[in-house]
Amino acid sequence: MSTKLIYFAWVRERIGKPEEEVELPSGIETVSELLRWLRSRGEEYENALQYPDVIRVAINQEHVGHREKIAGAREIALFPPMTGG
Amino acid sequence: MAGAVVPAIRIQREDFDVAAEIAGLTGGRTDIGAVVTFSGLCRDEQGALSALELEHYPGMAEAEIGRIAAEAIERWPLQGLTVIHRHGKIMPGENIVLVVAASSHRQAAFEAANFLMDYLKSRAPFWKKEHLADGSEGGWVDAKEADDHAADRWKKPGE
Repeated sequence: MSTKLIYFAWVRERIGKPEEEVELPSGIETVSELLRWLRSRGEEYENALQYPDVIRVAINQEHVGHREKIAGAREIALFPPMTGG
Repeated sequence: MAGAVVPAIRIQREDFDVAAEIAGLTGGRTDIGAVVTFSGLCRDEQGALSALELEHYPGMAEAEIGRIAAEAIERWPLQGLTVIHRHGKIMPGENIVLVVAASSHRQAAFEAANFLMDYLKSRAPFWKKEHLADGSEGGWVDAKEADDHAADRWKKPGE
């Protein structure tokens, strides 16, 4: 099953695309494992995600922590800390 | 009853009219004793900034502000609540965000508006990019640790 990944702000700019569909390899169960796997996909991902602690994540449009399981996620968004308001 | 209040939440590119939004909450009612509004504006940083570009996460922006508004309605006896957040390019002097909180008494309205703004800053999926007056791209605004601390002060014991 493919999962939609969405990127915002400088995460989007560094990866070079706003979103993509990916086939997650088996064994990727949590958000932090997803971030580690993405970093291995190329220089642009490494550049965007080299400090994974600052990356905020939402699954199905709700904030989650990095230990959250990603099973069943239709849409996973990665973005920097928010600066609205 | 507080449970009956349905917040009005709008994410939009267009500007808003603060007076019209207040009138929309209070018009035809005689039970509201206090209205607190907060408007956030784009400032020019002593002339250095020509515009802010606000990126947002469509869908989640509405959902997350809805969750924050629902919590405010649960915590304070509000009679009405409007939250508007703009996106797109915003010039210095223009509005960015509006919170209007109405209640019988001022304390609930003040506190709810304050709570909403603190949570909007740290949890609503919006990001500001600066455009500089000299024509260059200024980069993404850094999140302030102070904004996270401001939101933390509303946490209930054990959270």
